[in-house]
Amino acid sequence: MTIQQTLNSFRTGPDETGHFGNFGGRFVAETLMPLILDLEKAYTEAKADPAFHAELASFHTHYVGRPSPLYFAERLTEHVGGAKIYLKRDELNHTGAHKINNVLGQILLARRMGKTRIIAETGAGQHGVATATACARFGLKCIVYMGAVDVERQKPNVFRMRMLGAEIVPVVSGSKTLKDAMNEALRDWVSNVEDTFYCIGTSAGPHPYPMMVRDFQSIIGKEAREQMLEREGRLPDSLVACIGGGSNAIGLFHPFLDDPSVAIYGVEAAGHGVASGAHAASLNGGRPGVLHGNRTYLLMDADGQIAEAHSISAGLDYPGIGPEHAWLHDTGRVTYLSTTDSEALEAFQLLSKLEGIIPALEPAHAIARAVEIAASKPKDHLMIVNLCGRGDKDIFSVAEHLGGME
Amino acid sequence: MTTRIDTRFAALKSEGRAALVTFVMAGDPDHATALDVIKALPAAGADLIEIGMPFTDPMADGPAIQAAGLRALAGGETLHSTIDIVRSFRKGDSETPIILMGYFNPIYIYGVEVFLKDAKEAGVDGLIVVDCPPEEDDELCKPALKAGLNFIRLATPTTDEKRLPKVLSNTSGFVYYVSIAGITGAATPDFGKVATAVARIKMHTDLPVAVGFGVKTAADASAIAKGADGVVVGSALVEAVRKSLDADGKATAQTVSAVTALVSEIAAGVRAVKK
Repeated sequence: MTIQQTLNSFRTGPDETGHFGNFGGRFVAETLMPLILDLEKAYTEAKADPAFHAELASFHTHYVGRPSPLYFAERLTEHVGGAKIYLKRDELNHTGAHKINNVLGQILLARRMGKTRIIAETGAGQHGVATATACARFGLKCIVYMGAVDVERQKPNVFRMRMLGAEIVPVVSGSKTLKDAMNEALRDWVSNVEDTFYCIGTSAGPHPYPMMVRDFQSIIGKEAREQMLEREGRLPDSLVACIGGGSNAIGLFHPFLDDPSVAIYGVEAAGHGVASGAHAASLNGGRPGVLHGNRTYLLMDADGQIAEAHSISAGLDYPGIGPEHAWLHDTGRVTYLSTTDSEALEAFQLLSKLEGIIPALEPAHAIARAVEIAASKPKDHLMIVNLCGRGDKDIFSVAEHLGGME
Repeated sequence: MTTRIDTRFAALKSEGRAALVTFVMAGDPDHATALDVIKALPAAGADLIEIGMPFTDPMADGPAIQAAGLRALAGGETLHSTIDIVRSFRKGDSETPIILMGYFNPIYIYGVEVFLKDAKEAGVDGLIVVDCPPEEDDELCKPALKAGLNFIRLATPTTDEKRLPKVLSNTSGFVYYVSIAGITGAATPDFGKVATAVARIKMHTDLPVAVGFGVKTAADASAIAKGADGVVVGSALVEAVRKSLDADGKATAQTVSAVTALVSEIAAGVRAVKK
């Protein structure tokens, strides 16, 4: 890759205007512009304040349960007969996914800014649950926007959020899924500019969100790096993570971007197959456009109208992707693959049966490709797969797809 | 460079009244009806016309304009056909200023340079593109000005004294003051606060200031017209379209007249205020 060879580092972005190469930026209405400038300033100050980091680290240790283990998946490795597969167990975090890493960072920032009302969008409900959890912990008002279609298919998480004291607003506009929930959260923010903090759940949206969410999720990669050095005395040879908006993936990838010996794979949701048109693979099946405050790869029609995504996993069911992934794709530093619904279902069962770990459908997409890549590698190849969520929330929909539980 | 927008505001100033700026969605509920509505607007009292470019994800719009955009898209409207509307309108009207309003992605996909050329040739005078703030001026604003189109910027209650000059730089035609921190078609604004805000903006610019968001009636329009150079009405007109549709969402014989009747009423409210 020629671009890759000319860059000194893949870890310096975004630039001061929020761009990763041609991607990212701040495409928002004027009403929000002063708010995201304030947020950028507050985040820059917090980032330079050791007290902020100390407070966050303390919550990671005592509330979330970090560091999450780096687990050698011995039976999966044996089954595949190739690379040595390690799982980064972020599904063991409090609330069952990586989402809490980012939420705690943003909520501590909201408190520093004196904001009292937190809004969030959610698809599968994992980010909504994490936000509701942190708001309960700090006594903040929490409003979660969720597509009416998702409210129906993710009922256990809707109940969880209500238990935690959050107000759930079912979104009936547009296609009634995650992208519409994000539109509605932006409309709320425009209408409540004084007291409200918008806690975005993925590494997308206007600058500084993609950078900020990445920074908060980078704890995954930092830990994994140390843990691998301790276990094996060297860096891993490859990393694999699933991608919807891409926050768990960028969190694992970012600390390794400047290690050329580490091959990095992101896995998009191919739904019924990229060729079918019913998928959520923005990089493999979309093209650059502007939505939700940033330029990135999007699924859309010839007229620039945003298309509906499809994936068996509600958490990957988004027609865009974080701008840093768009840039890493174009520079060639990260290879982006995809996994279909049925491949994810197979991987879901494989990991459950071989390792006693029921993964969420999202990382099941990563497992499917990881197994395939690992099979072609020698036994001394070290691979880390990000197990970013647990499958409890998915057992009923998986049972439905597999023909019931007998 | 003087555009139709500059000429129109200057003429109304000498007449001693504010302008009525009307917004309707291209292709709502179908291409032909929308064109008929737009052709009928000047006679009903519209001084400037904003034509909405439908988009699937209009993040600054309330339910009325969201629904209008989806109706238009369901009817097959595209950015190309929206430019055709302007072309057809110009055959019968060479004076009423036309402004296209919407979001950046359809323009970006059309291709900025080609879009600007096609829009200008069709007779478009200005653009309002909600998600292109001054921070992204290189994307569309500067190329639009270079192509001879006005780029009309939104100023909002969150645009403070320090930021205002940045918002006003590269703005031309007029300044669109958003009367509330909120989405289109939401609450009625506090008219006192709006008058103060307009006066503040006028201290920084010689451009006309039009006020929109939340204007629904002739009385609202009169209240705004006292301090502003223009009154924008959008959601109320789009709602008039919706209410005129039949059970299948198709246009009826009443669709055009429902809009023009409301425009006439609001125009009377604007014209009642002498300045």
